[in-house]
Amino acid sequence: MKADPKGVMTGAHFLDGDHACCEGALAAGCRFVAGYPITPSTEVVERIAARFPAVGGMFIQMEDEIASSIAIQGAVWAGAKAMTVTSGPGFSLMMEHIGLAAMLETPCVFVNVQRGGPSTGLPTLPGQADMMQARWGSHGDYEVIAFCPNSPQECFDLTIEAFNMAEIYRVPVMLMLDECVGHMTEKVVIPEADAIEIAERRFTGAKPGEYLPYETNGNWVPPMVKAGDGHYFHMTGLTHDERGYPVMNAEAQEKCVHRIVNKIRENADAIVRLREAEIEDADVVVVSYGITSRVALKAISMAQAEGIKVGHMRLVTAWPFPENRIRRLADQGKAFVMPELNYGQMYLELERVVQGRTRSLLVPHGGGTVHDPEVIYRKIKEAVQ
Amino acid sequence: MEPKNPVVDYLRMDRIPHIWCPGCGLGTVVNCFVRAIKTCDIPRDLISVVSGIGCTGRMAGYLKLDSFHTTHGRPIPFATGLKLANPKLKVIVCSGDGDLFSIGGNHFIHAARRNTDMTIICVNNFTYGMTGGQVTPTTPIEAIASTTPYGNTEEPFNLSHLAESAGAVYVARWTTFHVRQLIKSIKEAVQKSGFSFVEIISPCPTLYGRRNKLGDGLEMMRAFKEKSTVRNGADTREVGLDFKGGIVCGKFIDRERPTYLERYNERMTARLGASYKPYEGVL
Amino acid sequence: MSATEIKFSGFGGQGVILAGIIFGRAASIYDNKFATLTQSFGPEARGSACSAQLIVSEDQVLYPYVTRPQILMAMSQEAFNKFLPETTDDATVIIEEELVKATGLKPGMKLYGIPATRIAEELGRKMILNIVMVGFFTAVTGLVGYESAREAVKDSVPQGTEVMNLKAFDRGYQYGKELK
Repeated sequence: MKADPKGVMTGAHFLDGDHACCEGALAAGCRFVAGYPITPSTEVVERIAARFPAVGGMFIQMEDEIASSIAIQGAVWAGAKAMTVTSGPGFSLMMEHIGLAAMLETPCVFVNVQRGGPSTGLPTLPGQADMMQARWGSHGDYEVIAFCPNSPQECFDLTIEAFNMAEIYRVPVMLMLDECVGHMTEKVVIPEADAIEIAERRFTGAKPGEYLPYETNGNWVPPMVKAGDGHYFHMTGLTHDERGYPVMNAEAQEKCVHRIVNKIRENADAIVRLREAEIEDADVVVVSYGITSRVALKAISMAQAEGIKVGHMRLVTAWPFPENRIRRLADQGKAFVMPELNYGQMYLELERVVQGRTRSLLVPHGGGTVHDPEVIYRKIKEAVQ
Repeated sequence: MEPKNPVVDYLRMDRIPHIWCPGCGLGTVVNCFVRAIKTCDIPRDLISVVSGIGCTGRMAGYLKLDSFHTTHGRPIPFATGLKLANPKLKVIVCSGDGDLFSIGGNHFIHAARRNTDMTIICVNNFTYGMTGGQVTPTTPIEAIASTTPYGNTEEPFNLSHLAESAGAVYVARWTTFHVRQLIKSIKEAVQKSGFSFVEIISPCPTLYGRRNKLGDGLEMMRAFKEKSTVRNGADTREVGLDFKGGIVCGKFIDRERPTYLERYNERMTARLGASYKPYEGVL
Repeated sequence: MSATEIKFSGFGGQGVILAGIIFGRAASIYDNKFATLTQSFGPEARGSACSAQLIVSEDQVLYPYVTRPQILMAMSQEAFNKFLPETTDDATVIIEEELVKATGLKPGMKLYGIPATRIAEELGRKMILNIVMVGFFTAVTGLVGYESAREAVKDSVPQGTEVMNLKAFDRGYQYGKELK
């Protein structure tokens, strides 16, 4: 399906990442946003509040992030495409409802413009230290998808992708900006509506009385319904069977968890988005994401100027982690350098996959600014020594 | 032929027997609820029930309607999203005193303040039943709960007064003894435009009743009958509940205020002019 | 080096950020260069010296922050004092000459001054001094084309104020051209 032109601001614009994210949501067909103001994500909802009435959307500023993160799920079950937007402390408050979305298989988007933490931390300065929280923050076993845009243009493009992935896999999708990307203003080109591909919600063809909410018929992802269509369906955060009814035993739990985990794991190769450069004959690969991926390129060119064979892998999706690709590169004997604005989060995944077969080095950073390219460059040199 | 119970069409009979204890008031509540909505002029397909967590939280799961068993304390914001995305839906929240007024208290007052068009049915049994009978924000002073073994010392909420103060347009209280009045109130609340609130005082003989020596379900019901007085239009400041004290019942508040969406559309039309198409849902 | 680092500075309310946005828009949208604008947020940004930082480049901007501006625009004394030490030794310094007394310049630096506030007042609106500065900036730096900057002004100012703002832009631009 093509995007509804009503929401698409076609043209070249000079936008910051937060505003571009709002435009991406509009283009993706999002018409319900619930949020609570928090720096540095507030500009997203400010623009949404201004833009939504004209396109038939509804924005509501809820009483807190807990309310926001479940209001969007109510909206989805009424048929809307919906998202919520927050930063650090607000993201922490939303964790329970990421679990609810995983359990009910509610397609929705959570935007987190990451700032320095923990706690109130650095509200106006960047961090990338919520990456593990995005993956593991709610209790229980589940999988999510997470995107890491590195420019305002990608804030637009990947917001659309996030909505599409949410619909295809019926999962909560995390859009992990950082303050630097969210507040950075650059050119953003928004295409014509008919050049934007939108994943439609897959509704059941079953008649009322015949629909079973979690009947998969051998597929990973069951079709949906919406309130008001006469199905009298039931949704519960409890472990449930195909009918959506609570069942309190290990067998039902196994079935439930097996599918919400494996619908992502088994499709990881189709979900993972990477951008790679000069990987093939590289001795060392710099793996990075978000704003750090741009700074890393600067370090890479410094190293290349000295004749070091260094390639770049950018995680456009951080979750699911590109295990297969990294494993293959490790098998080829390549070393890895991973700068991130935290003390080692995605790096733990890298280490897990590399399993000590080749050298993998972290370039940690507490956040508050971006890396000095010089520091990454020195780590690249260390990796090839 | 066995006569058919008039409410079974609205129940998920494939989930019966239910999990509630003998003597619990929730069976009566479900019965009254179904009888109320059956006589409403609202198409069944458009009714959604949203519950939180706890004994009352299980209500959604037994009702053959579009029904959502959400997270603890959060049925109201879920219902807010459901309603605002499709305003044609009639959204009814059924949950307990702990869910709605302890963990979910903030959502209650804000939804009332906005006058979001929804009905809140609070089954108030003065305790957290599902987790074994702990104290809640409505437990009367002196009452014993598993976490107040020497008697509760905290002032409870007067829910009717709280609802009125926060902006509810319809406020009523009944006990599970008052089935006819309760059916009528639920019907009125559901048909009322705006944020309506019905509190149902309900027995929990297993935990609250046993610990406080209030007898079995029948005896608790008898106490409801003996101790309750009906005072429609009563000043909500005066209807707070004491341990073993009297229970004032009735319809306390029935007033008009523009709903969230009415105000929203009025404002947008005034500001954005003829180009603004009044919001009627995202679809 | 293909990248130019610019700092637009002044005190809050002068339209410092908008000046940066207009210039960034001119460079990226109308001149098809790469332009990355960053700014300070939060309480520290609301002080008497606020700034917008812009990098204009022929290639994608990788490191997002300005570290050593080659061009400093200062519309207040405090901003000038605060940001001059960050600039390169051969920086171009552009000031509102009635609000800033330029002292402490290094020998290799180039200084351009304009009485932008007075010009804005002559045009009837003191608050368009930032647009006068943008016109002046365009003329003396030559970093973006005249038409590009004009188009960017048109896109960036409130509807209905385009004519006055373009007049302000042109006055600043002429003043700069005559000075050069």
